[in-house]
Amino acid sequence: MAARTDSFSSAGEFRANLPLRKWKGYIFSALGILSIVIALGTLLTLLFDVVQDGLPWLDWQFITSFDSRFAQRAGLRAALAGTLWMMALTILFALPLGVLSAVYLEEYAGDNWFTRFIQVNISNLAGVPSIVYGLLGLQIFVRLFNLNRSILAGALTMVLLVLPIIIVAAREAIRAVPSSMRDASLALGATRSQTVRHHVLPYAFPGILTGNILAASRAIGETAPVLVIGALAYVATTPTGPLSRFTVLPIQIFNWTSKPQKDFHGLAAAGIVLLLVVLLSMNSVAIYLRQRLYKRF
Amino acid sequence: MKNVVGRLYVLLLVASLLLAACGGTTSPAQTGGGNATQGTTPTAADAQESGNAGAGAGGAEELGKLSGRIEIDGSSTVLPISEAAAQEFQAAGANNVDVTVASSGTGGGFERFCRGETQISNASRPIKEDEMEVCKKEGVEFIELPVALDGLAVITNPETEFVECLTVEELKKLWEPAAEGKVTTWNQVRKDFPEEETALFGPGEQSGTFDYFTDEVVGEEGESRKDYTASEDDNVLVQGVSGEPNSLGYFGFAYFEQNQESLKLLGVDGGDGKCVKPSKETVNNGSYPLSRPLFIYVNKEDVEKQPALQAFVNYYLSEEFTPVVASPEVGYVELTGEQYEGIRQRFQERTTGTEIKNGEFNIEDYSGS
Repeated sequence: MAARTDSFSSAGEFRANLPLRKWKGYIFSALGILSIVIALGTLLTLLFDVVQDGLPWLDWQFITSFDSRFAQRAGLRAALAGTLWMMALTILFALPLGVLSAVYLEEYAGDNWFTRFIQVNISNLAGVPSIVYGLLGLQIFVRLFNLNRSILAGALTMVLLVLPIIIVAAREAIRAVPSSMRDASLALGATRSQTVRHHVLPYAFPGILTGNILAASRAIGETAPVLVIGALAYVATTPTGPLSRFTVLPIQIFNWTSKPQKDFHGLAAAGIVLLLVVLLSMNSVAIYLRQRLYKRF
Repeated sequence: MKNVVGRLYVLLLVASLLLAACGGTTSPAQTGGGNATQGTTPTAADAQESGNAGAGAGGAEELGKLSGRIEIDGSSTVLPISEAAAQEFQAAGANNVDVTVASSGTGGGFERFCRGETQISNASRPIKEDEMEVCKKEGVEFIELPVALDGLAVITNPETEFVECLTVEELKKLWEPAAEGKVTTWNQVRKDFPEEETALFGPGEQSGTFDYFTDEVVGEEGESRKDYTASEDDNVLVQGVSGEPNSLGYFGFAYFEQNQESLKLLGVDGGDGKCVKPSKETVNNGSYPLSRPLFIYVNKEDVEKQPALQAFVNYYLSEEFTPVVASPEVGYVELTGEQYEGIRQRFQERTTGTEIKNGEFNIEDYSGS
């Protein structure tokens, strides 16, 4: 049967051999499904494990009380407040800096060696280990700028860490804006900056937000740089301003997992669940904004 | 469209500026008004559960008048003690004193301490010569105070039946750099052990426990074989040893205490033929060979300038607090009442400098003048 269906069998140029090709197709899709199952399965197992360990510890008291050496009374009020403070400050600085850099690189900068040099470096910076940013932040923000070991110093370090991510994503988004839009705007007499403000940026904004989600997700889970900056292991007050001393959720979780008492491992799991909740709610705000803005175009 | 984004951003900016402004204006009052409200919440709860912590002091009112900030950094091993001291100090009435503890490690702690950034440095080993040089250069004088003892547990899997006790000599045979790749079965450690493969677990090179063990057992700090499973997280070591027969590992005694059912504690023979297992008693009287002192280092100048710091250290060394060191939540071995008495006196006299001579620690040296 195979020989019959082969229309070009003589020269061996083309063999239809449909059954075999279809079969190969099935194998390929099966492999794809298997990969997804493995990836998602691992994730779900992890998630299930963490939720199972942490759920008994998750209650209101856990969120409202400070850390304690008695597991029953320990909570992550200080760490939660610290994380929220730091994320707010980080996004506040990183978003405008990142977007404006991207606008410059995409809309204004000419194609010369200098721009290319900057572009290569931004891509490389995205791959620098986070501890390096921590050391940089310690030297510059903590010591040179004399911000001490404050939330502001931590947030600025995080800004350095996430800037490459935001710039790269924002550039992609800006590049995806059809040039016909720019041309139309310019043709009607708008200046370059008007074009950018009224047409390019709004159109690219959903993509920029996606980059911001990625950046925030990375920053919220980082431990190494904040550890170097001097996030505290124990503090019984919530921050009162950007110059307060602080701790953040990953540090608190890390401290609990390294304690010998098993109860604290449960607390750590609960902390991880809460960290995920904070992250997801931050992201859902961004996703909501993105969807709303998508509809307009 | 542009308006939505623009407005959102302006809103965020204004909010943050407001917050920043608030933070700025309240910071002078931070230690006073701001903390008082926050401080009272944990106090009520603390006093309930930790029993008479506040009642015994008799100076709750005195403590309440104190205010200020105390920054502590250093060893993560000492962290649980300083954390407990901070909690109990606030529970005892010092609501307006803001005590924060970080854990940059003993070395990292001294680095900050000698710059004058912290008032107290936690240390799981005595200060080193070069660290003292830095302190001297910066004009920081310190008071060295031992606060507890920590036993190092040598442990194996409960299924490993042939071994009950190891000599320091045998431990050295197993852990010295020369053993790397060569000493791989138990019968190489002692002839009458079976020819079973060893599975070694220990802390990584960044750990103070590693420094102490190599110094004590191998004889040279930092010298160890490298082909073992290393982790900075003692809980990982616990899991490793409890999951593998014929394994051997070492870590802080508190981690054994919390996992007794899945581990087997080995005795250690310091060379005199006596096999000693670590316990409160044997660690305290020095008969267990692998026990180390834990210290806090206090900035002398700051003690004289800050009544709050002075009160905190007094509380740290008081009869009221020192038993907490040995509570299951902290898990170390306390010194004797007499020894603490001497250390209190040392603090009262503000005796500066180290008492460690040629690397030898002797608790008798801390008995004041």
